[in-house]
Amino acid sequence: MKLITGNDLKTGAVTWWTGDDWSIHIEDAADAGDEAEAIATREEAARRVNVPYVIEAEAGPDGAPRPAHIKERVRALGPTVRVDLTLKPDDPTAAQKVI
Amino acid sequence: MYAYDQYDQAMVDARVAEFRDQCERRLAGKLTEDQFKPLRLMNGLYLQLHAYMLRVAIPYGTLNGGQMRVLADIAEKYDRGYGHFTTRQNIQYNWIKLEDAGDILADLAKVEMHAIQTSGNCIRNISSDHFAGAAADEVADPRPYAELLRQWSSFHPEFSYLPRKFKICVIASENDRAAMRLHDIGIRIVERDGELGAQFYVGGGMGRTPMIAPLIRDFVPLDQLVTYSEACLRVYNRYGRRDNKYKARIKILVHELGAEEYTRQVEEEFAHLLDQGVEPPLAELERIKGFFPDPAFDAADAEPDRSDPDFAVWLDHNTHAHKMPGHVSAIVSLKPVGGIPGDATDAQMRVLADLAEKYSFDELRIMHTQNVVLPHVSKADLYALWQALNEAGMGTPNADLMGDIIACPGLDYCSLANARSIPIAQRISERFAAKGKEAALGELKLKISGCINACGHHHAGHIGILGVDRKGTENYQLLLGGSEAEDTSLAKITGPGFDEHGIVDAVETAADVYLRERTEGERFLDTYRRIGMAPFKEALYD
Repeated sequence: MKLITGNDLKTGAVTWWTGDDWSIHIEDAADAGDEAEAIATREEAARRVNVPYVIEAEAGPDGAPRPAHIKERVRALGPTVRVDLTLKPDDPTAAQKVI
Repeated sequence: MYAYDQYDQAMVDARVAEFRDQCERRLAGKLTEDQFKPLRLMNGLYLQLHAYMLRVAIPYGTLNGGQMRVLADIAEKYDRGYGHFTTRQNIQYNWIKLEDAGDILADLAKVEMHAIQTSGNCIRNISSDHFAGAAADEVADPRPYAELLRQWSSFHPEFSYLPRKFKICVIASENDRAAMRLHDIGIRIVERDGELGAQFYVGGGMGRTPMIAPLIRDFVPLDQLVTYSEACLRVYNRYGRRDNKYKARIKILVHELGAEEYTRQVEEEFAHLLDQGVEPPLAELERIKGFFPDPAFDAADAEPDRSDPDFAVWLDHNTHAHKMPGHVSAIVSLKPVGGIPGDATDAQMRVLADLAEKYSFDELRIMHTQNVVLPHVSKADLYALWQALNEAGMGTPNADLMGDIIACPGLDYCSLANARSIPIAQRISERFAAKGKEAALGELKLKISGCINACGHHHAGHIGILGVDRKGTENYQLLLGGSEAEDTSLAKITGPGFDEHGIVDAVETAADVYLRERTEGERFLDTYRRIGMAPFKEALYD
């Protein structure tokens, strides 16, 4: 599947295209399919998100999208060395799932 | 410490107002990211993996308690309660919001700090010896010369768009504690026949093409320091490559021209510049020197009581000889076992500010090894200082030992990284602490980078680790034999890389070879240089 991601203009937070808006949770990300590049270009023009781009992903064990590259998986979670600062502060296994 | 005059303050305040306006226009959609990016980078604002990152300059690593307290306030108010001290003696905040950037810079300006030229293809924050003004072995305090060059290089119109970033280091002792020869320009203040002058080493650096800077001038009179620097920069600015960013650093120009030809061109430019009025009057240097007087040291020279064995260990590892009897420079470790190298919480920063004011004449230094120095501590105060540091989690007695690891932010934070650095540092730190090997190994400098850009100085590690991306998986190359001290050398790769678990085992294997092969008094680096790579490769791969 193809996901669109970028960083929120105001906060810099990692954000994912949901199909009609942006979310900081990759679980909300939509498969943009063949339209991905066109949506990224359109959203860049809207200037809500810094430099949106398309990445490859697949469905993970829990059904949520899992980016193909480790860099995007780290982006989706947060720093693996400070789980308290990630989006899953209560999941002690969150970092291991990224690797 | 240097204090801003009205011109310094006006320049910084004007820059704050200008950048605040630029941020507002970006937030209002009046600037595209392509238009805004070079503007934010000129003010140290990056966009990293998880958020905007702000890099704040700490000129030659020197700051006072009040400034440290503001750094703590920024961490608490605008970030997530911590900051990260870097190998350029700066601090970085990892979770900055664009809408706060103007307010942060305004807060910094109130204590004479800024983020100008902490990014971009310009002359970056000038680094120096973290024991400057305190070390027993220096011929002069190098900081006034670093400050003079800071003023010359700030907003220098000719050098704002260099082919690539440019790093200058100034030291004033034979012992190199600042990786001087791994800078674009490394300057060593020396004494010849009773006169001070400057040695110039040009064309060093790490990154993807590491090089040790050759000496191009053995003695530049101090009243020509700026002019000679300008000549070095002019030749680079004119002929440095702009077509390929990977070949744009001055080290490539010096290497391709040859040190002799580069030097000839610099000398020619220097001769041309000498009557152009580039050099500030010596009175300006003397004015700057006036900001760096020796503190009013206490004359007492009592040795500290070593009856507490834990304190004695800390004394042995984390204090450095001072030029003034009865005093030492104390190294504050930001490398607790299993911790994140260089990170300090806002609470820890406030403790450091308090301790600097109480015990070190209100001075702190940031080390390129990502620790902090209290430069002027009376031996009579050391026990109380150590207790306070321990209470704040900063009393680990590991300076220059295996646990004192330099690690870049790596893939946990950095958008350029290919692999994580911090977890590797944590696992190695834990492994050697658990086995109690650290003290037996003695001085052993381990440095980890998460990509070829080498922010973690892996080329200069006695043991270096380079994280790479191998088909989407983190892989780690092991290097041996580097040094960033006065015996500068570049580490060599041992062979095929390791996974994240294997690299920890590999470091222990290399350490065990050293323990087996060393002779009396040899450091890891000495043994490696004597026996070569072969015994290590045999242990690692056979």
